[in-house]
Amino acid sequence: MSAPNPRRAFFAAAGAGVAGLGFTAIAPGLHLMAVGEANAAARPAGTAASPAIRWGLLIDATKCAPGCTKCIDACHEENGVSEQLPDPRQNSQWIRKIELVDRRNGRVTTLPMMCQHCAKPPCVDVCPTGASMKRADGIVLVDRHTCIGCRYCMMACPYKARSFVHTNLTEQSPETPRGKGCVESCTLCVHRVDKGQQPACVEKCPEGAMTFGDLNDPVSAISKRIAAANTTQVLSDLKLDLGVRYQGI
Amino acid sequence: MATLNPRHEEGLFYVLAALGGLVAAVGLGAALYMEHTGHVVTGMNNQIVWGLPHVFAIFLIVAASGVLNVASIGSVFGKKAYKSRAPLSALLCIAMLSGGLAVIMLDLGRADRLMVAATHFNPTSVFGWNVILYPGMYAIVAVYLWTLMERRMNPYSKAAGLATFIWRILLTTGTGSIFAFLVARQAYGNAVLPAMFIIMSFAWGLAVFMIVQKTMFGWNDMTLHPAIRGRMKNLLGTFVAAVFYFVATYHLTNIYFAKQTAFEEFILLSGGIFPTLFWLGYVLVGTVIPLLILYVPDLNRIRGSVFAASGLVIVGAFCLLYVFIIGGQAFPLEIFPGYDVKSSFMDGAIDSYSPTLPEALLAFGGLGIAFTITTIGVRALRFLPQDDLAELEAAGSIVD
Repeated sequence: MSAPNPRRAFFAAAGAGVAGLGFTAIAPGLHLMAVGEANAAARPAGTAASPAIRWGLLIDATKCAPGCTKCIDACHEENGVSEQLPDPRQNSQWIRKIELVDRRNGRVTTLPMMCQHCAKPPCVDVCPTGASMKRADGIVLVDRHTCIGCRYCMMACPYKARSFVHTNLTEQSPETPRGKGCVESCTLCVHRVDKGQQPACVEKCPEGAMTFGDLNDPVSAISKRIAAANTTQVLSDLKLDLGVRYQGI
Repeated sequence: MATLNPRHEEGLFYVLAALGGLVAAVGLGAALYMEHTGHVVTGMNNQIVWGLPHVFAIFLIVAASGVLNVASIGSVFGKKAYKSRAPLSALLCIAMLSGGLAVIMLDLGRADRLMVAATHFNPTSVFGWNVILYPGMYAIVAVYLWTLMERRMNPYSKAAGLATFIWRILLTTGTGSIFAFLVARQAYGNAVLPAMFIIMSFAWGLAVFMIVQKTMFGWNDMTLHPAIRGRMKNLLGTFVAAVFYFVATYHLTNIYFAKQTAFEEFILLSGGIFPTLFWLGYVLVGTVIPLLILYVPDLNRIRGSVFAASGLVIVGAFCLLYVFIIGGQAFPLEIFPGYDVKSSFMDGAIDSYSPTLPEALLAFGGLGIAFTITTIGVRALRFLPQDDLAELEAAGSIVD
């Protein structure tokens, strides 16, 4: 991302003003942004997610290598998704690779599929307790404290993006709460995004097939690529306004 | 049925109540086991997320609403022959609602968070509405029963009956809307479903009522007046035919839409257990045979035939719900139309479902709860329909 957004400008000014008083201690987010290849500033603790931002992903299916599972490995390692149940259909899969074969000409495409972070998410509409929620910056999450495990969101998701935790879990990642009896899905690595980092899958994709950024920022890399190339929202006729876009399908 | 001597009769009551209680207790035990181990011990998975417990729970909840139709025909539509049946119909409603809700609550991944469900409300969720509609149903039916059974409250029974009628139509609309509002899956997302659920509730509720009524009359060595039996059997036939009309409309509409034909081909022809249950279980056993029994005089004159027809309607109901709920999930979501898809997550693949013992026991536990409440209720209180034949004759209600 090249041009600063207003919040970043504020932090830059604040950082400059207090530079002599301990730069990293006062503005750790700015520091992270300066050294990393992050898309935006970190979200300071105690501040709400900004509705001015719409986090999104662009996935270039033409670059996605068949047989490669680096994004899946990265996601499951980052989020501690490791259980292997006797019936694999009961395992959680936050991200999966789908192989598409065009019925007309046999063309094969592979792509990663995960929560599409809809602007109008059906899972949020149907959740009885409000545990399924959309953060102000467009990330769709499950509040593990209020999820009752009814699985109605799994019935409602058109992308089959959600998993139900079928068993007791151990070795959870401290930053990704997971638990038996709750529903879960891709969080867009919200804990990393809030620190100014990219989602694990994006970072680990060896082909550079995934671009993460702010869809609302016209000069972000993702916005520029979406403006320049033909991209697709899966099942676009549902008009859910997806945060995840695909190229090459 | 020969009259039982009072001692044997009392013994039989305790045996029945204990059996019902045992089935309920085993169901609760199964739920505890599922809660302890997680749903890994069930046949449900990330593709078929709702299983046998939901089939049983939805049957019980839908039939609970429909069984009150008997009371409504008496109180709202003023048919005298049904008035004496209102208390029993209200008891059956509470019994089946208890069984159905228990199963659906105990199948939750976090059944311990019932208070969360009660205190966090999402107004856009049909499940959220149901959190209000279901307990509300208990309250409203309890008040209705009070107005029916307490002489001083009798003047209010018509108003309470009307409120109950409206509430249960809303309740079953809510149950049908659980599926009608689902955009994701081929089987659901259809506006006919709430209406279809309402008519299903009429048929299934009446079938349950007929079975309980016949059993109670037999127990007490009473015979239902042929004219009343005739009216009730004709009403059941009308409802069964109406359900078939809605089911046919639902499938024919789908067949007409190109994007739905693959799903219909699966459910009606190629999908293994699902077409079998649909055609043999629902259409033949649950619809055609009961309709023949109910409308062919030579058949329905046979003693016990209407009882049998009611039982077959219930068998058909379970088959239809199994096809609708499990079959609807077994068929893969069409995320990429025009492509053959495959993945490690059952994309593009038809799923199979085999219920395991714990979830089956939980499902039957719901029936056990409903049965026990009914058995104890009819024993302890005056629920036996008492027909005042002279009054009914004067009102023209028992003209053959």
